[in-house]
Amino acid sequence: MIKNPWNEKLIFELGAPGRQAFSLPASDVPEVDLDWPENMRREKAPGLPEVSEPELVRHFTALSRLNHGVDTDFYPLGSCTMKYNPKVDEALAALPGFAGIHPYLPEELVQGALQLIYEMEAYLAEISGMDRVTMQPAAGAHGELTGILLVRAYHRCRGENRTRILVPDSAHGTNPATAAMAGYQVVSVPSDQRGGVDVAALEKLLDERVAGLMLTNPNTLGLFDENIHIIADMVHKVGGLLYYDGANTNAIMGYTRPGNMGFDVVHFNLHKTFATPHGGGGPGAGPVGVKKDLVPFLPVPLVDFDGKRYYFNYDLPHSIGKVRSFYGNFGVVVKAYAYIRSLGAEGLKQVSRDAVLNANYLMAHLKKYFYLPYDRFCKHEFVISGKWQKERNGVKTLDMAKRLLDYGFHPPTIYFPLIVEEAMMIEPTETESKETLDRFIDAMIRIAREAEEEPEKIKGAPYTTYIGRLDEVAAARKPELRWRAGK
Amino acid sequence: MRYLPNTIDDRQKMMADIGISSVEELFADIPEQVRLKRELNLPEALAEPELVRHLEDLAGKNGDTSRYTCFLGGGYYDHYIPAVIPALLSRSEFYTAYTPYQAEISQGTLAAIYEFQTMICELTGMDVANASMYDGATALAEAAAVATGATRRQRVVVSRTVHPEYRQVLKTYLEPRGVELVELPFTNGVTTGDNLDRYINRQTAAVLVQQPNFFGCLEDVYSLQRAASGVGALFIVSADPISLGLLKPPGEYGASIVVGEGQSLGLPLNFGGPGFGYFAAREEFLRRIPGRVVGATSDTRGRRGYVLTLQAREQHIRREKATSNICSNQALCALAATIYLSAMGPAGLRRVAGLCAQKAAYAKKRLAAVKGITVAFNAPSFKEFVIKSEYPVTLVQGVLLRRGLVAGPDLGRFYPELSNHLLVAVTEKRTKEEIDRLAEALEEVAG
Amino acid sequence: MYPADLKYSKDHEWIRVEGNRGRVGITHYAQETLGDVVYVDLPRAGDMVKAGESFGTVESVKSVSDLYAPVSGEVVEVNREVMDHPDLINKDPYGSGWLIIIEMSDPGELDNLMDALAYEEMVKEG
Repeated sequence: MIKNPWNEKLIFELGAPGRQAFSLPASDVPEVDLDWPENMRREKAPGLPEVSEPELVRHFTALSRLNHGVDTDFYPLGSCTMKYNPKVDEALAALPGFAGIHPYLPEELVQGALQLIYEMEAYLAEISGMDRVTMQPAAGAHGELTGILLVRAYHRCRGENRTRILVPDSAHGTNPATAAMAGYQVVSVPSDQRGGVDVAALEKLLDERVAGLMLTNPNTLGLFDENIHIIADMVHKVGGLLYYDGANTNAIMGYTRPGNMGFDVVHFNLHKTFATPHGGGGPGAGPVGVKKDLVPFLPVPLVDFDGKRYYFNYDLPHSIGKVRSFYGNFGVVVKAYAYIRSLGAEGLKQVSRDAVLNANYLMAHLKKYFYLPYDRFCKHEFVISGKWQKERNGVKTLDMAKRLLDYGFHPPTIYFPLIVEEAMMIEPTETESKETLDRFIDAMIRIAREAEEEPEKIKGAPYTTYIGRLDEVAAARKPELRWRAGK
Repeated sequence: MRYLPNTIDDRQKMMADIGISSVEELFADIPEQVRLKRELNLPEALAEPELVRHLEDLAGKNGDTSRYTCFLGGGYYDHYIPAVIPALLSRSEFYTAYTPYQAEISQGTLAAIYEFQTMICELTGMDVANASMYDGATALAEAAAVATGATRRQRVVVSRTVHPEYRQVLKTYLEPRGVELVELPFTNGVTTGDNLDRYINRQTAAVLVQQPNFFGCLEDVYSLQRAASGVGALFIVSADPISLGLLKPPGEYGASIVVGEGQSLGLPLNFGGPGFGYFAAREEFLRRIPGRVVGATSDTRGRRGYVLTLQAREQHIRREKATSNICSNQALCALAATIYLSAMGPAGLRRVAGLCAQKAAYAKKRLAAVKGITVAFNAPSFKEFVIKSEYPVTLVQGVLLRRGLVAGPDLGRFYPELSNHLLVAVTEKRTKEEIDRLAEALEEVAG
Repeated sequence: MYPADLKYSKDHEWIRVEGNRGRVGITHYAQETLGDVVYVDLPRAGDMVKAGESFGTVESVKSVSDLYAPVSGEVVEVNREVMDHPDLINKDPYGSGWLIIIEMSDPGELDNLMDALAYEEMVKEG
């Protein structure tokens, strides 16, 4: 990164009154006086920037240079699957025939889009072992909400009013938050010595109040739960359903499927597993697949095919309704569709093989320098701990994460999962070369050594970034959430 | 495979370091009974040129705006997208980054969100805004949830003139929380002003309206606001951001929370997504708002910088007590809107809104003169209005289609009492010639 | 670090008995574990609280904790100052960092609390 690419000015501090970056034609219709009531007319113009197009472009280009993206360098952010985002997928989603179609066009004018959704549904159903899939949810957490509402509708349709959702203590925060949003009481399930679900503890929690268990497998420790079929039987035996959080699907494609493991509902993160970009926080897409008992409850509409034409099917009397306007983040679905068609079955399996191989390679090298709480083969990610460095040298995981910035890497996910102290969750993905992995190993080893020899240096990191550590306490105590003139 | 760097040789070396002789050993902990014992049944992998051809074929089967002149509305609109937006969004430092958790290497995204929050506050006249929601519908549903929490009341009143799909989403979100959803009727295209106290009472957490409403009409927001605040309920407004170039910001007529769909601000139609929802509120609701929020602060050297803040509201910290489960949002779409609003500025936004209103007014008058067509509601309107045809909507749409025109949606889909009613949207992109063609096509229907 | 004139709960709240009233705050150990407090959410005067139940929350940048009432009763006073300056909880947890005053409905509940020695013991054992 070139030093200080930005002049620190916000767009509001640039330009001058009267400058403009827009170009609009003159009105070609006879001007009329609008019949609006006086009290509905805006008096004061909004305080928007007044800049020319070159200034605008320089400003946002400068901002972009302050960011680290997957295209910049390694981004081993655990649980986020920061793999390379293919350029052709971007170009394809921008084709006018996809980007320029209105959601209320008549069905005969969107046959290509509907065909794509229909085929994508079949691919995702096959990859997950589910019977049908909705594309409507806009993100992973949105898929979770959809999935848990499906679970709720299923039980209610059978005249059961179950009140609890079980969530492992290693789960993503979205799991308990989702269950609460769907009106459920959240009950936490402890993990066992091998990092999986504690089956004995689970047994005690299972009764007819349990609507379902939300699980990620491999879990957030990157470990495959070998008892999954036993857990599935246990939950099903009390009439509960099994929800699969698809965040970690990148580890298992072609090896196993949520459907084979006994799951009833799954969500996918197209922006993780299927290589659509994360966009600085979104948009993603969180399609939800279900086994056939849950199909009647899916959101409307589904896309069906009558042998001649594709059409929207709104005829689902037991549907939970809609979870989003229109049909989901279609533009994201196009990119993920293109990705699946680029790889095919063998390609996807190789993705999982390389993702798992890369993670185990990193783990094998790093476990000599960092505490590894669960020492067994991982899947696509693993969790090490900074506890040795904290105990011996007073260097925290946060400090080491900040030091990694000086080596040009995005740090791993830190302080998650909550059950590992000083956690560092590392997910290399399959799109990184051995040379990159070796560079990262090298940096981590150097940081471990610095922790021993120069702990103060690490505590002051980063040194080479545009900006130093920011005062988050001040930001939260006196929130300043917008720019104001003269401040 | 072009996205996978590992060669056979790389893999051998890595396996040797791990101490295995086959990658399959790493999958040995997957129990036999859950394994997939065949290959996935997916189409053969396509080379890039084949892929492009296949997707171009699919795209070619769709009637995009270059082939059909678009008078479709209902929440997504065919506005002009300045070329600077796709150009700047293609900076991969923006689009290949994750959520800006590591502030030191995410100042680009963070500063842009800070600018976005400021612009949304300026447009709506509110105190605070978040970094975006999935869409206008979920933003509205989350706003209603904030109201039930803030008032500890379990009744939400929504006008039937709010987008029907938004109301469906609202129902999906609120029903499991045990919130009662009550709908206000409409008369002549706007919320019925009489007997509001029959619906809005001391149990009411919030009153939800859309301005301009789903029919394009301007609501009497003042009396609705009075009815809400009179009983201590929140007043929540869903607003088209383009309209705010000319229309009174909801903050000036007493809105507690303002939400809306942001697709109009420089984003393609994308068959309905991705766009984004915006969410703005009065300061008093700051700790209840869902999703990410960026704040200004300074670094160890005193330099101004930006961070995600007030994170204790969010799912990764508060878990089951979080204000919402939202994690991924629509950040890149919000960036597009930030660039759009920067490009337009106050004058440009006013011009766009003015062109929409003028052209829609012309179209309304022009279509009213067509035999067999009446303008359904005479309330003032912005860029959309409703026409009623003597003939079935399917017949009308068929004729339009043959002339390369599309309008809608057919309101009978959502309102049984409005069969033969069609929504018509007119943006700044539509020309007088296109509007005249629409009128001529409708004249042809009447024959 | 743990004044002898206070009573302590296992949830790391302290109470100073002032006649039939009790002044409540969080302990030195609690504020240290939380780190810099950025926000505190307190009940209103007139609200009823129940021993062992949550009466508010206290937030740091990366965590949030419930506040549990050591005794039951009516909240008669709330520290406005600490709501505007939550750092008082870190700087002076037993003084200006107090949170609420409770009019005790059952002073007998005080017997369920620990004295300074017992509390210190509990904290040491972790």
